[in-house]
Amino acid sequence: MDTIQRIANHPEMKRGEGRKDTGVLAVAVKDLHKSFGSQKVLNGICLNVATGETLAVLGRSGTGKSVSLRIIIGLEKPDSGSVRIQGEEITGLTIDELGSVRLKMGFLFQHAALYDSLNVAQNVAFPLLHHKREMSKSEQADRVQKLLADVGMEGHLEKMPADISGGMQKRVGLARALILEPDILLLDEPTAGLDPISSGDIDDLILKLQQEHHMASIVVTHDLHSAKTIANRLALLDDGNVVIEGTFEELQKSDIEFVREFLKRS
Amino acid sequence: MSSSVASTNGLISQFFEWFGDLAIFCWQVLRAAVTPPFEFHELFLQLDEIGSKSLPLVALAGAATGVVLSMEARYSLTRFGAKSLLPAAIVFSVIHETGPIITGLVVSGRVGAGIGAELASMKVTEQIDAIEASAVNPYRLLAATRIMACILMLPLLTLAADACGLVMGWFAQALVEPLSLHQFISSGFKGADFNDFLPPTFKTAVFGLIIGLIACFQGMRTQGGAAGVGRAATSSVVLSSLFVILADVVLVKVILIFFP
Repeated sequence: MDTIQRIANHPEMKRGEGRKDTGVLAVAVKDLHKSFGSQKVLNGICLNVATGETLAVLGRSGTGKSVSLRIIIGLEKPDSGSVRIQGEEITGLTIDELGSVRLKMGFLFQHAALYDSLNVAQNVAFPLLHHKREMSKSEQADRVQKLLADVGMEGHLEKMPADISGGMQKRVGLARALILEPDILLLDEPTAGLDPISSGDIDDLILKLQQEHHMASIVVTHDLHSAKTIANRLALLDDGNVVIEGTFEELQKSDIEFVREFLKRS
Repeated sequence: MSSSVASTNGLISQFFEWFGDLAIFCWQVLRAAVTPPFEFHELFLQLDEIGSKSLPLVALAGAATGVVLSMEARYSLTRFGAKSLLPAAIVFSVIHETGPIITGLVVSGRVGAGIGAELASMKVTEQIDAIEASAVNPYRLLAATRIMACILMLPLLTLAADACGLVMGWFAQALVEPLSLHQFISSGFKGADFNDFLPPTFKTAVFGLIIGLIACFQGMRTQGGAAGVGRAATSSVVLSSLFVILADVVLVKVILIFFP
């Protein structure tokens, strides 16, 4: 059974129903290599994510999880390998050509990366101002308010990023990532540095948004509990490659020493 | 011995790498600047930030230069019995050289540091990556607008520095020996034509290009945290001031050739 069929037949793929599915993988990463100087970060990594599916990428620090996400959205160029977004190869594209591909993707940065000179509402409206110029100001404001309400930030529109907590910044970053209604959502450590309650809130929020928007998602995380909660499948990385990929139950049954050690200590 | 050779090789390689990266950066900014969508809103914000907000500092520097020139020139010209040439000496000094170079250096200090630190801070906090991830070209939004604003505003700021320098030069002269502003101007500009005024004023557009380009480049290639931001701000000021002075040497020669 090929990868697309296996993913499409997976019982937990019900969330993806309703989303347009062209039969093409939302994200297909093949044999990706990346080094920074003499340090080899990715060593032939392969990842596939179908429409409506959520893949959690786990692993120790420095195993190339975040670099993989940055390559998928085109912020880093791989040394070799292929990245296809909805069937389109992106590794050779220029910055302007990547623009149309990036419109299909939302990215939540590890530290939210909010624009510190703009307030919360302006941060979320930023992609709209540049890509939905045909929308009236009031339509843009309505969409921003609705999305901020969805992430529980409706009372903080005028606040500056420096005046809100880390968890709130993540919520605003999530709203900004979703404002253009992307087909693919990339989340880099969405719960890192948050207390267990805020972490749980963010997980619930991601689950809720996934159920509403039926996006393909890749979540890079250290948090196994979070990964179990929000992902259909998990991929465990070590030394720049995927050690094992499957459901949490499949990972639990694994005989690989590294997998058992990782699950035991998480 | 071998370590000093390796260190020299490293410095040479860094030197060429810096120019290579700068050339690539120039190409990316140029390509972004001439292709739509154009970021007019950001350009107007930068015109205000770089132009209007630099005006008080540039005017003050120009005025101080005018006063100093007046006092120094008066002393020298009196010694050589050429006191009547004082207005012309002040006017020609200010519009030919001191106005443009003072403006270039003051703006490279204020704006170069500002742009370098702002973009470096955005770089280390992934805000530039966030702009790019939002499918907005940061070379177009951040670099092209700031460089264009520097190019457009430097000649205008030079005019302001020139005007303040001349008025304060006259004022310093008038305090010692009564002379009307009209007399000072008409005597000072006697024999001057547009070739004395336009090329030195418009050469500051090149200073603007240098300041904007170096500051954006140093800011957007920053690595490291707060230390990296500090280094970017410092190197933006140092390198843009240095290149402004070097460009001035070349441009003065070019102007003398084409506008004798």
